[in-house]
Amino acid sequence: MKQIKYGLVLVFIFSFLVPFKSFASEVNIYSARQEHLIKPLLDIFQEQTGISYRLLTGQGPALLERLKSEGINSPADVLLTVDVGNLVAAKQSNVLRPVTSEVLNANIPSQYRDDEGYWYGLSARSRVIYYAPDRVDPARISTYESLADADLGYRVCVRSSSNIYNQSLMASMIAHHGPEKAYEWARGLVDNFGRRPQDNDTGQIRAVASGECDVAIANTYYFGRLMSSQDRSDQQVVERVALLWPNQEERGAHMNLSGAGVTMSSKNVDAAVALIEFLSQEGAQSFYAAENNEYPVNPRVEPSGAVKELGGFKADSLNLSDIEKYSAQALRIMDRAGWR
Amino acid sequence: MRIWTFILLGIACLVAAPVVVILTYLVIPSGDVWSHLAATVLPGYIINSLWLMLGVGAGTLILGVGTAWFVTMTSFPWRRFFEWSLIMPLAVPAYVIAFTYTGLLEYSGPVQTYLRELFGWSSVADYWFPQIRSLPGAIIMMTLVFYPYVYMLSRAAFLEQSVSVLDAGRTLGRNAGSTFVHVALPLARPAIVGGLALALMETLNDFGTVEFFAVDTFVTGIYRTWLGLGEPGVAAQLGSILMLFILALILMERWSRKGKVTYTVGSYKRLPRYSLSRSGSAAAFFMCLFPVFFGFILPVGAMLAWTVQTWAYVDSRFIQMALTSLYLSGITAFIAVLTALVLSYGHRLRPGKLNSAAVRMAGMGYAVPGAIIALGIMIPFTFVDNFIDGFARQYFNYSTGLILTGTWTALIFAYLVRFLAVSYNTVESSMAKVTPSMDGAARTLGLSASKTLFRVYGPIMRPSLLTAAVLVFVDVMKELPATLMMRPFGLQTLAIRSYELASDGLLKESSASSLAIVAVGIIPVIMLSFMISKARPGTKKRMPST
Repeated sequence: MKQIKYGLVLVFIFSFLVPFKSFASEVNIYSARQEHLIKPLLDIFQEQTGISYRLLTGQGPALLERLKSEGINSPADVLLTVDVGNLVAAKQSNVLRPVTSEVLNANIPSQYRDDEGYWYGLSARSRVIYYAPDRVDPARISTYESLADADLGYRVCVRSSSNIYNQSLMASMIAHHGPEKAYEWARGLVDNFGRRPQDNDTGQIRAVASGECDVAIANTYYFGRLMSSQDRSDQQVVERVALLWPNQEERGAHMNLSGAGVTMSSKNVDAAVALIEFLSQEGAQSFYAAENNEYPVNPRVEPSGAVKELGGFKADSLNLSDIEKYSAQALRIMDRAGWR
Repeated sequence: MRIWTFILLGIACLVAAPVVVILTYLVIPSGDVWSHLAATVLPGYIINSLWLMLGVGAGTLILGVGTAWFVTMTSFPWRRFFEWSLIMPLAVPAYVIAFTYTGLLEYSGPVQTYLRELFGWSSVADYWFPQIRSLPGAIIMMTLVFYPYVYMLSRAAFLEQSVSVLDAGRTLGRNAGSTFVHVALPLARPAIVGGLALALMETLNDFGTVEFFAVDTFVTGIYRTWLGLGEPGVAAQLGSILMLFILALILMERWSRKGKVTYTVGSYKRLPRYSLSRSGSAAAFFMCLFPVFFGFILPVGAMLAWTVQTWAYVDSRFIQMALTSLYLSGITAFIAVLTALVLSYGHRLRPGKLNSAAVRMAGMGYAVPGAIIALGIMIPFTFVDNFIDGFARQYFNYSTGLILTGTWTALIFAYLVRFLAVSYNTVESSMAKVTPSMDGAARTLGLSASKTLFRVYGPIMRPSLLTAAVLVFVDVMKELPATLMMRPFGLQTLAIRSYELASDGLLKESSASSLAIVAVGIIPVIMLSFMISKARPGTKKRMPST
């Protein structure tokens, strides 16, 4: 009797040794988008198609490292990222496979997907300027470049250079101006910092409202989130802060994409493509717009809610693969400029 | 007898393998990244890390040793309550307390809002308020949750001290304070330093807090170099340097007490307590109240309030996540203590230079950030996985999949590599209690080496084994970076959920998961706290009215 008991205990203890096996109608997702933002959509997908899913979340670069080391045995079918740089890096690391789909080509305009079908953009966002209208003249801060002026006189808040969105913005500066000018821009910007870079994008917008800074750089959907919040303090922030679309007279505002690709190791390509198709269709695209305050890539879906109120704008048409090309260099420049 | 050498070397090699993989990167050239780092960010990483160590080291020593001495050796109001409650902050991860105090003290938090309403201020230009997101802030946060390491180990040491030694001190005319400084403290030094080493290693390896507070340390630098600059090799080199630095600290400590190993035997009767003066009692009371209140009561209270506000985030998956966290922590604690016991016993039986080095290597994982360990495990493990799979495909036409990295095996192994030093330090420092003559007696009476381990060492060391288990348990419960990177599909822990929400700016929403981590972690902490206090040898035979 005692031996049976000990045996059962041992079986329980070592039950972690049972390997995970994938099933036929199942799609395994490595997602840089956080679980609480993507799960509602995936549940609908499962209900509609009968294809179940498994989700593993993590930071984009960490997921990519994992895909690379797992190689052909990786259980992942789909890689979801929140930034286009990681998609391009994944393509170059040979962990994605090209797929073609009429649905995807119809739903996603060509500038939002890879030429060879390695990855597809699913939502767009812009990195814009926020300011306090009671003490800032918007004409003085109309471009990213102007924020680095030595005689700006405004305190600028932006988050750490470890953040991928800042790296992409910096990479776009390199692409437009070359590394030397980009470095000088970063130096000037650092000199205008109102505080040590900290907190996330929402924190930058809040800092403008609280008076800690006069100007901030942050993505559009963070402001959208504050606008649609019922919280009183969030509403106060929205009242005290205005959004400015940068560089409208010239190249336009810096853009970034979230997107997805099918992995090289996928054992279930059909289900993987079905998932990406689902995410590109009207229903899911409306969800991205309404719940996450992002811009849908599908032209048949209108921006909704808070984002719609922000109005139209001119977007930077920079080739997105350039952003990946300069991303490592971007971080080095920010290191040198003292942008933590 | 030789079998112990084999067991010891086998375990040590296995556990040290990921560390060795990382260390090999030291000899791989890495281009110009180093000169770039040295010219820009590296000095800042080093200075911040040193300040952090200094601050947290001083803070945990004062709080940990001071409170341990008061609750073990003196009597003052609420002493019994503090005896166990002083351990409670250990269940609060540093990143969780950082999230909570940020939520409380930031501009839009309740404290500043209240002050603004009280004095009619309208923006930050009107008043000054200390920045919680700063180096001093990080030092305070970490001190509040890491001091229990020093407290637990020094308290265990004070409890295990023989009364006769303390009596000798008293007979020779020393008072309470003098006995503490000249007798109890030197005797407890290995344990205190062991606790301090744990606290400092946790400090150096912390990622969540310093990242959230925007303090650039060696570890944030490692992440940035790896994932930002895209240089895993250089990140591994930085990890190696951090590891060697900590190793140097440990060696210095060992060298400083060389030849001073002391064995104490004798009467374990009930500890006589020193009575304190009125002001002494008050000082003891407030010194114990301070860390319990700010390290546990206040943050947990805030999290409770926020959890009620954001109840929608508590769904059915909570129980599942809690069970996963419990299971992972329990299994790892069991394996880690068993491994530590076998290692330290093997080392005691066969104390050769090679074995000493092997044991040191096995413990080095604690000096390595979780993500770097993950890197050091993923490389060899996926190689083995792919090899086995390829072999099976070729000869049996069957795909085994990822046997190690596709299951919980790799993750639990990562925890073991990371936290073996936690259990080993505790077990080893307690093994000094078993005098060589006890060994001799057991062996002369015909017990084999392994039976001596389980029938003599086990019972004598029980409090320390339990301490070791709870330390590992709570550490795994809180672990974040390695779990994030190595977990197989479908594995979601409370720590991951809490981190994801907080890093997305949803501080209040994250408190439900944070609270669950604390709640799950607190059960064994309380349980073991009581057990340690009861497990003092000789207490069972205590006379009713002494």
